[in-house]
Amino acid sequence: MTELADLHRLARSGTAPSPQDLAHRVRRRGILLYVETWLIASKTWAASLAIVGIVEPIAYLVALGWGLGTLVDDGGRSPGGVPYLMYVGPGLIVATAVMAAHQESTYPIMAGFKWRRLFHGPRATPLTPTQIGLGQIGGTLMRLLGQTSLFWLVLVAFGATRSAWSVLIVPIAALAGLAFGACVTAYAAGLENEGHQFASLQRFVVMPMFLFAGTFFPLSELPGYLHWIGWLSPIWHGTELARAASYGAHLAPSSVALHLSVLLAYAALGLVVSARRFERRLTR
Amino acid sequence: MPERHTAPFVAAGPVISARGLSKVYGELRAVDGIDFDIAPGESFGLLGPNGAGKSTTMRMLGGTLGRTGGELTVAGLDPEQEGPTVRAHLGVVPQQDNLDDELSVRDNLYIYGRYFGLPRGYLKDKIPQLLEFAQLTDKAKSKVDDLSGGMKRRLTIARSLINEPSVLLLDEPTTGLDPQARHTLWDKLFRLKEVGVTLVVTTHFMDEAEQLCDRLIVVDHGRIKAEGSPRGLIAEHSTREVVEVRFGADRNAELAPRIRDLAERIEVLPDRLLLYSDHGETVLEALAARDLHPVTSLVRRSSLEDVFLRLTGRSLVD
Repeated sequence: MTELADLHRLARSGTAPSPQDLAHRVRRRGILLYVETWLIASKTWAASLAIVGIVEPIAYLVALGWGLGTLVDDGGRSPGGVPYLMYVGPGLIVATAVMAAHQESTYPIMAGFKWRRLFHGPRATPLTPTQIGLGQIGGTLMRLLGQTSLFWLVLVAFGATRSAWSVLIVPIAALAGLAFGACVTAYAAGLENEGHQFASLQRFVVMPMFLFAGTFFPLSELPGYLHWIGWLSPIWHGTELARAASYGAHLAPSSVALHLSVLLAYAALGLVVSARRFERRLTR
Repeated sequence: MPERHTAPFVAAGPVISARGLSKVYGELRAVDGIDFDIAPGESFGLLGPNGAGKSTTMRMLGGTLGRTGGELTVAGLDPEQEGPTVRAHLGVVPQQDNLDDELSVRDNLYIYGRYFGLPRGYLKDKIPQLLEFAQLTDKAKSKVDDLSGGMKRRLTIARSLINEPSVLLLDEPTTGLDPQARHTLWDKLFRLKEVGVTLVVTTHFMDEAEQLCDRLIVVDHGRIKAEGSPRGLIAEHSTREVVEVRFGADRNAELAPRIRDLAERIEVLPDRLLLYSDHGETVLEALAARDLHPVTSLVRRSSLEDVFLRLTGRSLVD
């Protein structure tokens, strides 16, 4: 075959779908295609994350469940009438998911628009900015599902769950992470520059939620004027649901509906605003 | 076996057509009502200084930027209305690379192909051909981070071909590359043109425009200053030759009035005088006849750069 024939094959092999066909496929499945490429790109760090995803839960559960938990249980004050390890485990999974979502929704978003310009590559393809934004959040959701699954397996290995229903912790924690991550993505996509905003978010939003939103002790142990932190926090709503799933903590059906509604509302708000901001940011 | 020599994109009319195209940001008229048509298989250049509106025009072509006014069709479609379909026709080489530098060369091509919805089997066949074309076969498994600037640029061009586009948009394709890398790249682009791919190139390198473009428009402040082939523009806006003479920084301006009549046009620069004339040697002889002896003198052919500077001015645009 001549070189010219090679070039012709390169430019027009006759095997590529037509532009109309490609546009149609991407219109239908664009978000999934983006999530697929997100997963391919994630292989550069997936192995190290898997190690962290196993070691970190073990460290948490040893320190809090066994260490602190022994004191709590000996004092007979364990909340919810279950061993402290069992009480704290679901809260830790939800908090871990929310913090991972925070991580994925700050610097990587700014990098995509500005530092590494990774969102500008797919922008030149049939993908729309909305598909890129939602696909990016979809990728975060994949990470959350993976990381919370590992945590759940460790929890099971520690004997800190009561029934097979505890597997529901995984989607619950991922939903809590999605609720928070989608909102943070919307915020990050609206920032032109990153000065100290992400670090402030970590200090003044994520940390208080972690400490005061029912992860380590029931919200009711705190003075009433601090309860709002829990009510606003996806961590509290997720943790309440996760405890019910993990060891059958009492939760009225109306409360289940309320917690789910709050998480879904946060997620919906974050997704809608993210999509709009991706559209604006990538169309100029 | 007979080879097919049909152009990849066969259309009756122009593949890209702009009429009164404009983009206004507040007070700034970035693109101020420009008209152009690009025929299938043509290599078309947008030449202009920084801030002339070239990249803005390119983004409007791909439908990643809305226009303020005018009409625009790409492959018969309005990019603003049918962006995804228009972009499925296009290959885009952006001014700034946006490869994923943590991934391998091959993975970069693969994920980009998936963004187009291209089937896995197709990509499996296509990627080795693209690597071959970009001379990156040996680097398939290397991380993009480890590639040289020229290799990254070749990868970006290979990536832009993944969907077999009928039109390739190249925004300053060789800025920042060394001469070897630039010539390699021009060779690649020329080959694509040979097999019928339409090229739309923005550049502020005159040699690039002369090498690559059949036809170009010179754009400044969002408006078209001139249009034609590189050769035609030189003939129209400059003389056949240019005489460059230096009398020393202090005497150049002083002598200019005394020799103005020797050339069609004279330009006074701080360090030299430029005399535009169809017969450079005659000008030099006339200088000697007036007993004027420049410190150095040079007769050269007019270039596109002369046209460009004449049309867009010598003052610095920031």
